[in-house]
Amino acid sequence: MSNSPEQAHPSTRTYVLVAAILAVITAVEVVVFYLEALDPVLVPVLLTLSAAKFTMVVGLFMHLKFDARLFRALFIGPLFVAIAVMMAMFLMYGVFRG
Amino acid sequence: MEMHSSTGLSSRKILMWTFIGSECMLFGSLITTYLVYRGKSVVGPYPEDLLNIPFITVTTFVLLMSSLMMVLALAAVQRGDMRWGKIWLFMTALLGMVFLGGQVFEFSHFVHEGLTLKTNLFGGTFFLLTGTHGAHVAVGVIWLLSLFFLAQRGRLTQANAETVEIAGLYWHFVDVVWIVLFTLIYLLV
Amino acid sequence: MSATGATAAEGGIQSHESTYSGGPWSWITTVDHKRIGVMYGLSAFFFFLVGGLEALLIRLQLGSPENTLIDPDMYNQLFTMHGTTMVFLAIMPLSAAFFNFIVPLQIGARDVAFPRLNAFSFWLFFLGALFMNASFLFGGAPDAGWFGYANLTSTQYSPGMRIDFWVLGLMVLGVSSIAGALNFIVTIINLRAEGMTFMRMPLFTWMTLITAFLLVIAFPAITVGLVLLMFDRMFGTLFFDPLAGGDVLLWQHLFWIFGHPEVYILLLPGLGVVSEIIPVFSRKPLFGYAFVVYSGILIAFLGFGVWAHHMFAVGLGPVANTVFSATTMLIAIPTGVKIFNWIATLWGGSLRMQTPLYFSLGFIAMFIIGGLSGVMHASAAADLQQTDTYFIVAHIHYVLFGGVMFALFAGMYYWIPKITGRMLSDRLGKLHFWIMLVSFNLTFFPQHFLGLHGMPRRTFTYESGLGFEAMNLMSTVGSMVLGASMLIFLWNVFWMLRKGEPAGANPWGGSTLEWSTASPPAHYNFRVLPRVHSRDPLWAEDTGDSMLGDDPGVPEPHMPGPSIYPLLTAVGIIVMAVGALTTTLPVVFVGVGVLLFGVYGWAFQPLEH
Repeated sequence: MSNSPEQAHPSTRTYVLVAAILAVITAVEVVVFYLEALDPVLVPVLLTLSAAKFTMVVGLFMHLKFDARLFRALFIGPLFVAIAVMMAMFLMYGVFRG
Repeated sequence: MEMHSSTGLSSRKILMWTFIGSECMLFGSLITTYLVYRGKSVVGPYPEDLLNIPFITVTTFVLLMSSLMMVLALAAVQRGDMRWGKIWLFMTALLGMVFLGGQVFEFSHFVHEGLTLKTNLFGGTFFLLTGTHGAHVAVGVIWLLSLFFLAQRGRLTQANAETVEIAGLYWHFVDVVWIVLFTLIYLLV
Repeated sequence: MSATGATAAEGGIQSHESTYSGGPWSWITTVDHKRIGVMYGLSAFFFFLVGGLEALLIRLQLGSPENTLIDPDMYNQLFTMHGTTMVFLAIMPLSAAFFNFIVPLQIGARDVAFPRLNAFSFWLFFLGALFMNASFLFGGAPDAGWFGYANLTSTQYSPGMRIDFWVLGLMVLGVSSIAGALNFIVTIINLRAEGMTFMRMPLFTWMTLITAFLLVIAFPAITVGLVLLMFDRMFGTLFFDPLAGGDVLLWQHLFWIFGHPEVYILLLPGLGVVSEIIPVFSRKPLFGYAFVVYSGILIAFLGFGVWAHHMFAVGLGPVANTVFSATTMLIAIPTGVKIFNWIATLWGGSLRMQTPLYFSLGFIAMFIIGGLSGVMHASAAADLQQTDTYFIVAHIHYVLFGGVMFALFAGMYYWIPKITGRMLSDRLGKLHFWIMLVSFNLTFFPQHFLGLHGMPRRTFTYESGLGFEAMNLMSTVGSMVLGASMLIFLWNVFWMLRKGEPAGANPWGGSTLEWSTASPPAHYNFRVLPRVHSRDPLWAEDTGDSMLGDDPGVPEPHMPGPSIYPLLTAVGIIVMAVGALTTTLPVVFVGVGVLLFGVYGWAFQPLEH
C-alpha cells in the first residue's frame, strides 16, 4: 500500500563509498584521540566528525535527504527539542566546564 | 478498508520516523544522565581505567558496516532480487550479533574488573546507556532475522520492500545513536 | 455488522445503534475507534470518581484542625493517588476518549491509521490502571506524591512495594500513551479527507495533533527517570544516592521536563473542545483561526522551556531561576491570545445558551483565574513564598478542574448526543453547571488565602489557632457539594439512556464533519469518504453530494476485523510488570513469552479478515 514516490536510488557503488568514508572518519577520530598534540581541539574536532557521520547515515542511508520534507520535520523537530533540553541541563550541571 | 493517504506517503513510514523522533528524546535523556554524572563517581573503577578504545573502534566499525549491509538489502529487495536481499538481511543481522557479542565481552570484562551497575555512578550510567542501546540492537536483530526467515519461506517479496525499508530506518537509527555514544563515552572521556 | 433495519429518516441518515451491539467478546477484540473511545470514556469517568472520592476523604480530614479521621500514612496514599489518578487515569483517558471517537470523524476517515495499535493502547491503559490501584490491596498505595521526589522514593525511605507499583504503573501507562499518540499523529497527517488541508482542520483535531507530539517528545524523559528510580530500588544502583555522588535534583529535572509539557497535554484537548463549541453556539466561525492554531503550537513548544519553575526553591541559582521565570511569563501570551479569540468569536454572535456553552464560558472564567495565579508563581521571588503551599493547590485546581474538567464536561454535553444518539437534558445540565461552578469556587478559592497565610501542601493536619479553620471548613463543605453535583450528571446520563430524545445527525447545528454522520455513526463512519472545500464544511453553501447522507446505493465498506492480539500483548506487558514488582524472574519470562506471542500473532494477522 505504499505510494511513496521513489527517488532515484544511489547505486551500490555510492553506498559502499559512503560506508568507506564513515570508516575513514572513524579511524580519523581514533587517531585524533591518541594524538596528544591535538588535545586542545579534541572536543570540537570529535563533535564535528561525529556530526558528519550522523548526517551521512541519516541523510544517505536513511534516505532523508531525498525523501519527503515531512519526514525531515518529524525527525528534526523532536531532535531539536532533545538537544535544546540537553544543552540547558548541561549548562545547569556545568558539563561544559569539563 | 480503503485508506487513502493525504500526503501520498506511507503511514507506516510516518509512524517509524515519528517513533525515531521520540527515541531521540529517550536517548537524549539517558545521555544527559551519563554526562551529568561523569566525573562524579566517588569510588572507582573509573572510565580511564577500563575503556578499551581499540576494541570498541572495531565493534563500532562492525556496526557501521551493518548499516551498509542494510541499505544493500533494501536495494536488492526493491529491485526484486530476493536472493541477495536475503543474503544482505542475514549479513546485517549477523554483524549486529557480532556487535552485541563485543558488548557482552566488554561488559563481562568490566564486571571482572570490579565495575557493576551498583559499583558507582560510572557503572550505573555506563551500563544503563550502553545496555539500552544494546537492547535496541537486539530487538533489531530479532526483527531482521524474522524478515530473513519470512524471505526464506517466500513470504517476503519485492512487494514488501516497504517493510524492509522501515526495518532499515530503525536499524540505521540504532547505528546513529552508537555514533554519538562512541564519541561521548569513549573518545570524550 | 450492518445498519439497522430502520427506514430512511431525513436525508437517509439512520441511527446506527448496532454500532455497539454484540457481546463482551466483540468489545474485547474490537478495533473500532468508536468503541475504543467509549471504553476510554467509561474507564476515565470511573477513575475520575475514584480520584474524586480520594479528594473528598482528604477534604474530610482537613475540615477541622488536628483531625484524626485519616492517619498520616493513609493521608499520604490518598493525596498521592488523587493526583496520580486524576492526571493519568482520568483526564488523559477522557481526552483520549474524545480523540478516539471524534477525530477520525472530524477528518472524514473511517478509523485511525493503526486500529489494532489503538486497541492495544486502551487495554494497556486499562490494565495499567488496575495494576496501580491494586496496590491498595497489596501493602498500600503509592505515598510519595504524584511526582515521587527522590530520594524519598528510595528503598530506604519507601520500603515495600508501594513505589514499585507507582514506577511500573507509570511506565506501562507511558507505553500506552506513546503508542496512542503515534497513532493519532499518523492518522491526522495521513487520513484527512480530500480537500482538508491542515489549515482547514477542526480546532479539536489540531489540538489533538499538537498534544500527540507533546506526548511522544515528553514521555521519554520521565521514562528515563522512572528507569533510574527502578534500578535504584531493584538493583541497588546509585543514581539518586547523594553519598555516592548522585543528585536527587536529577529526578526533579527529568520528571518536570516531562511534567510541564504534561500539563499542556492535559490542557490542550480541552482548549480544542472549547474552540469547537464556542463558534457553534455563537453561530459564527472561530475568530482568528490561524492565531488559535499557532498559539497552540507555540504553547507546546515553549512548554519544553519552563520546567524548572517547579524547582524555584531548590537552589538552582539566580541565572537559571531568572531564565525560567522569563520563559514562564512568556508562555502566558499564547494562552491569552486564545482567550481573546474566543471572546471575539462570542462578540456579536447569536448565542445559544445551552449547557455546552455554559461549561465553555465557565471554563474561560475559571481558567483566567488559574492563569493569573500561574503568572504570580512565574516570578521566582514570589514563588518562594507560594511554592509548596495551598496557593499552588488553588492554582492547580483552577486550571485543571475549573479549566480542563469544565472544558471536558462541555465536550461531554456536546458530543454525547453524537456518541449515544440521544440528547441529555439541558435543564439538568444547567443545574449541574451552576452547582458545580459555585461549589468549585467555594472549594478552591479559599485555598489561595490558606496558601498565602502559610498552610503547607501534603500535610495531614494543621494546628488549631493558626487561622486556617474557617477557610478549610468552607473548602470542605464546597467539596462535598461539588462531589454531589456529579450525581446530577450521572442521573442525567442514566435518564438520557432511558428517555433521551433522539439526537439526529446534527442537533447543535455544528459545522464539522462528525455532524454529517448518523448518531451514533455506522461502524464504517462514511459510506463515501467526504470531500471538503472549507473550514466549516457543513456551514458552506455548496456541500456537494459526496458529503451528507448514508447513500445506500454504495456498498458498505470493508472494515478491519476484530483481534485478540492487542489485548494479549498488553497482558504480556502487565505480567512482566507483576514479575518485576515481585522480583520473580520466571514471571517476567512468562510475560515476555505472552508479549512475543501477542506481537507475532498481531504481525501475521491480516488487518481485514
